Amino acid sequence: MNWTWFHKWGSPKWFYEMSGRWLPWLGVAAILLLAVGLAWGLAFAPPEKYQLDSYRIIYIHVPAAFLAQSCYLLMAIAGVVSLVWKMKLADVALQQAAPIGAWLCFVSLVSGAIWGKPTWGTYWIWDARLTSMLILLFLYFGVIALGNAISNRDSAAKACAVLALVGAVNIPIIKYSVEFWNTLHQPATFTVTGKASMSADMWLPLLISVLGFYCFFATVLLMRMRLEVLRRESRASWVKAEVARLSGGNR
Amino acid sequence: MYFESFAEFVAMGKHGAYVWSAYGITLVVLALNVVLPILARRRYLKDEARRLRREEVK
Amino acid sequence: MSNVFTLLLVREARLLFRRPAELANPLVFFAVVIALFPLAVGPESQQLRNLSPGLLWVAALLAVLLSLDGLFRSDFEDGSLEQWVVSPHPLSLLVLAKVVAHWLFSGLALVLLSPLLALMLGLPAHCVPVLLVSLLLGTPVLSLLGAVGAALTVGLKRGGLLLALLILPLYIPVLILGTGALQASLQGLPAAGQLLWMASLTALAVTLAPFAIAAGLKISIGE
Repeated sequence: MNWTWFHKWGSPKWFYEMSGRWLPWLGVAAILLLAVGLAWGLAFAPPEKYQLDSYRIIYIHVPAAFLAQSCYLLMAIAGVVSLVWKMKLADVALQQAAPIGAWLCFVSLVSGAIWGKPTWGTYWIWDARLTSMLILLFLYFGVIALGNAISNRDSAAKACAVLALVGAVNIPIIKYSVEFWNTLHQPATFTVTGKASMSADMWLPLLISVLGFYCFFATVLLMRMRLEVLRRESRASWVKAEVARLSGGNR
Repeated sequence: MYFESFAEFVAMGKHGAYVWSAYGITLVVLALNVVLPILARRRYLKDEARRLRREEVK
Repeated sequence: MSNVFTLLLVREARLLFRRPAELANPLVFFAVVIALFPLAVGPESQQLRNLSPGLLWVAALLAVLLSLDGLFRSDFEDGSLEQWVVSPHPLSLLVLAKVVAHWLFSGLALVLLSPLLALMLGLPAHCVPVLLVSLLLGTPVLSLLGAVGAALTVGLKRGGLLLALLILPLYIPVLILGTGALQASLQGLPAAGQLLWMASLTALAVTLAPFAIAAGLKISIGE
């Protein structure tokens, strides 16, 4: 199998040029998908049987939760690539993705809590899903804190890679043990909305929102990675040319 | 359109405060995540351009 | 190969015994934290009995975490850690020896003290075997996971709080299984299921954690 495509990622310059071409498309896709998905979910989808209109928070809560988990998976994969192939771009991806993932985890928790008030009567409930999300947020904080604490840039990246991997291995274990813990203390498990019973005009906007959030994440990640690449490669001639070109108009 | 009037849309069947605060917080977070990198990039480009110009002069 | 392991184990034990007062620290911490709870929530015995699985486990967990902060620090500072990294022996084996030695004098000591503290919290006598087994299986996992954090933060000043932030989320499954076993036993239900799951976590930790610890040490040394 031809692996040149993989090794191209070793070149920051190639990445910068490719991402520069994708970025506008991803940005536009994100805006369109989010606008359509959220507007549809807010205004056009029918209300849910028991929760009426408060369930519309699902169009924010579920995509944010998906993204928070996918982002950590991305960080773990970037960690493996960084440790095994020593690809610097993977280092950049991991550390730039972490804050975005943490914010989305936060959004998932806050929207879940706000949703909880009209649904269960309380803002916070220690159910399996919210508790797992909270633990995931702590895992994010750990990676971010470790990256900030180590001053040597490459050591910090490697340490975050190890931590992200250890965390990723633990996530399934944590999930199962939290679900188990939940069954111990709450005899009846509460399902928020049976996804199987969602009609098409309820889950289609959800799908579109999820895609919109993914495009949003990709856009923001690429933006952050591009800036970090410029910083790291500041002595390269292509970067100097780029900086001159971008600030050529303004003085 | 599911809702009969705009007033009903805002009220969200008396859950308006919850739905709109959740959406509001989310949109603020999303906006922050877009705006902050853009500002950082601009700041960096300005500083870096200035630094490069100084090096050229030397 | 196993000779190196035993040599290192004996060396670490000897070093730990040079400061016997320090060996008591985790035990005293464990006891003091347990004593704090009746003072905090009131001495009512039924309430304490219901809370005791959680209290015993959280106190033990914190005691192990605190004792791990300095695990690699003195070796890091006097340069012996670098010798380990460049030695021909597999670093993961050396590291395992170190953590086992540490556990023998912290985790195991906590296990031996726990029945006394459980008695003070009103845990019935028939639960004590479950308590002992759960702690015996769980504290090695806590030591091993904590050592991963200690390895990643050994070069940092004031790494202690960061260590806690990194490792506490990873402790949660052990905590849930340990307290779950005790609570089942408290209610007269069988605890074998939780204990078996805990044993599988122990096996997983013993096999995988040394590699992560070794990786963390190499990163900290390479700084």
